[in-house]
Formats: sequence, C-alpha cells, structure tokens
Amino acid sequence: MLSRLVLTSNPVLLLLLSLVQASRSFHQSSQSLAPVPPLPEKGGKVRHGIFPEELFTLLYPKTGVTGPYMLGTGLLLYMLSKEIYVINHETFAAASIGAVVIYGIKKFGPSVAAFADKLNEDKVAKAQEVKDQAMASLAQGIEDEKKEQWRVEGRHMLFDAKRNNVAMLLETNYRERLHMVTNEVKKRLDYQVQLQNLHRRMEQEHLVNWVEQSVIKSITPQQEKESIAKCIADLKVLAKNTQARATV
Amino acid sequence: MALAQKKLMDVKLGQLPSWLGTRDFTPNGLLGSVRGGYERYYNKYINVKKGGIGGVAMFLAGYIALSYLWEYDHIKHDRWRKYH
Repeated sequence: MLSRLVLTSNPVLLLLLSLVQASRSFHQSSQSLAPVPPLPEKGGKVRHGIFPEELFTLLYPKTGVTGPYMLGTGLLLYMLSKEIYVINHETFAAASIGAVVIYGIKKFGPSVAAFADKLNEDKVAKAQEVKDQAMASLAQGIEDEKKEQWRVEGRHMLFDAKRNNVAMLLETNYRERLHMVTNEVKKRLDYQVQLQNLHRRMEQEHLVNWVEQSVIKSITPQQEKESIAKCIADLKVLAKNTQARATV
Repeated sequence: MALAQKKLMDVKLGQLPSWLGTRDFTPNGLLGSVRGGYERYYNKYINVKKGGIGGVAMFLAGYIALSYLWEYDHIKHDRWRKYH
C-alpha cells in the first residue's frame, strides 16, 4: 500500500515514471495507445513482504510447502556460522528499525491503504464524470442532429408553399395584363365603331337636309296656291260633315 | 522457437553459452535490458490498482542486500572469529 502512496502523492517519482512510459510509446510503433487497457487489480503476490510467490511455486514440486522455509533457515544459519553476515552494532539498529517498521505497517497499513484507495477512487470518479458528461452531450448532439435531419425532410413543404405563392403571383399578373390588353383593344374598337356611327349619322342628316331643301325649293308658288285652295275646300266639307253630325 | 527468443528460465543448461551469445551486449542493448527489467518489475508490483507493501519492500530489501555486499570488505573487520 506504500506503492499506492507512491503513485498518488509523489510528483517527482511520478514524473520520472511517466517519462519512462512516454519514451516507451515512442519506440514501439505497432502498439496503439487507445483505448488504454485497465490496470490489473492486484500486484504480484509477495509473502512476508519481501519474498515473491514465484519462489514458493518454484520449490513446491520438489520440496513441498516447507521447502522455502527450510532453505531460508539453512541459508541464514550458514551465513551466520561462516560470518558472511556479521553481527555488529548495525544488526541491533536494523533489528530495532525493522521492529518499529513492521509494527507500524501492521497497525496502520489497512487505514492508509483505504485512504489511498479513496483518493484514487475520487480521481477515477471525476474522470468518469467528465467522460459521462462528454458522452451525454455527444448523444444529445446526435439527437439534435437527427431532429434537424427530420426537419429538413419537411422543408419541401415550405418550398411547395412558396412555389404556389409565386405561381399565384405570376397568374395574377398575367390575368391583369390580359384584362388590360382586352380593355385597350375594346376601347380602340369602340372608338372605330363610334367613328363609323358618326359618319353614317352625319351622312344621313346631310342627305335628309338636302332632300328637304330640294323639296321646299321645288314647291312652286302655283302649286302652293292650289294646295291651299284644296285644303280650304276640304276643311269646308269637313265642317259641313261635323255640323251635320252634331245636329243628328 | 528459436534460441534467441527463449527466456532465461526456458533455456536448457547445455544451451546456456550459445544463448548468451545471442544476447545483445552493446551499451544500447544493456540499457534496453535494464529498462525492460525495470518496466517488468514496475508493471507487476507497482502499477496496479491495489498494490501492497511488497513492491517497495522488495526494492528496499534488494537495496539493503546490495549495500551490505558493497560494504562487506569493511564489515569483515567486525567478525567475531578469525577462522571459520
């Protein structure tokens, strides 16, 4: 669990380690970096803090469970008896420090581990939240895009309406001009008709006047006297008739 | 599998010299092997979600052992017996 603290809190070590990681990514071209595989849950197993489990698995087929412990005891006794490991003041110092360290680890280990785990979890939760928000916004973007595409499908109705408007305008304009043309043509034709009527009337009147005048001129005074005498004679006859009828 | 790609643990004892011949001992190669070993250790024991004390403790134990080894010529004088 110290390694957890190492990972979470030591910036210099982190920088060094990350530099090593970065240089590795430059030298291996066939690897692809995304998506990054998740970290393994637990590290390699270690017994008693300093002996990797592989040693025990190595010796198990030949010597069983107690093999490595026997090996350790034998090695220790050999080193002590041959004084490859010398007991001096440093041994005492190492023993005291070792005792204190082991006591501290046994007592505070789990709580420190839980604390470091919580720090890691907070980081992961924040990153996850960012990722979730990004995904949500992108999904929302997709929804909006789909809606816009659906709206685009309806645009042809708008264009149809506009086209109808324009067609109506054109039609109205055309009809107006047609009316205007008809009116103008009618006016012109009416004018010609009136002109002809006028001509005819004038000719008629002129002719009638001329005939009247010629007739009046042709009545001689002789004829006039004769017609007046006839009229008087007729009037007398008429008066006699009316008188006769009145008395009857 | 060709000899060069086998790992050290898979090499038979008789093939060891020829296997050593295939290894890259140029400075670049040595550096590469050191880096490879470091990354293997790092990715196995430290770069995990719930690492234990083992990763750092093994490293410190190795450091202690190595420094004892380097100081042995000086520590030799603290021996209790002259003849073993």
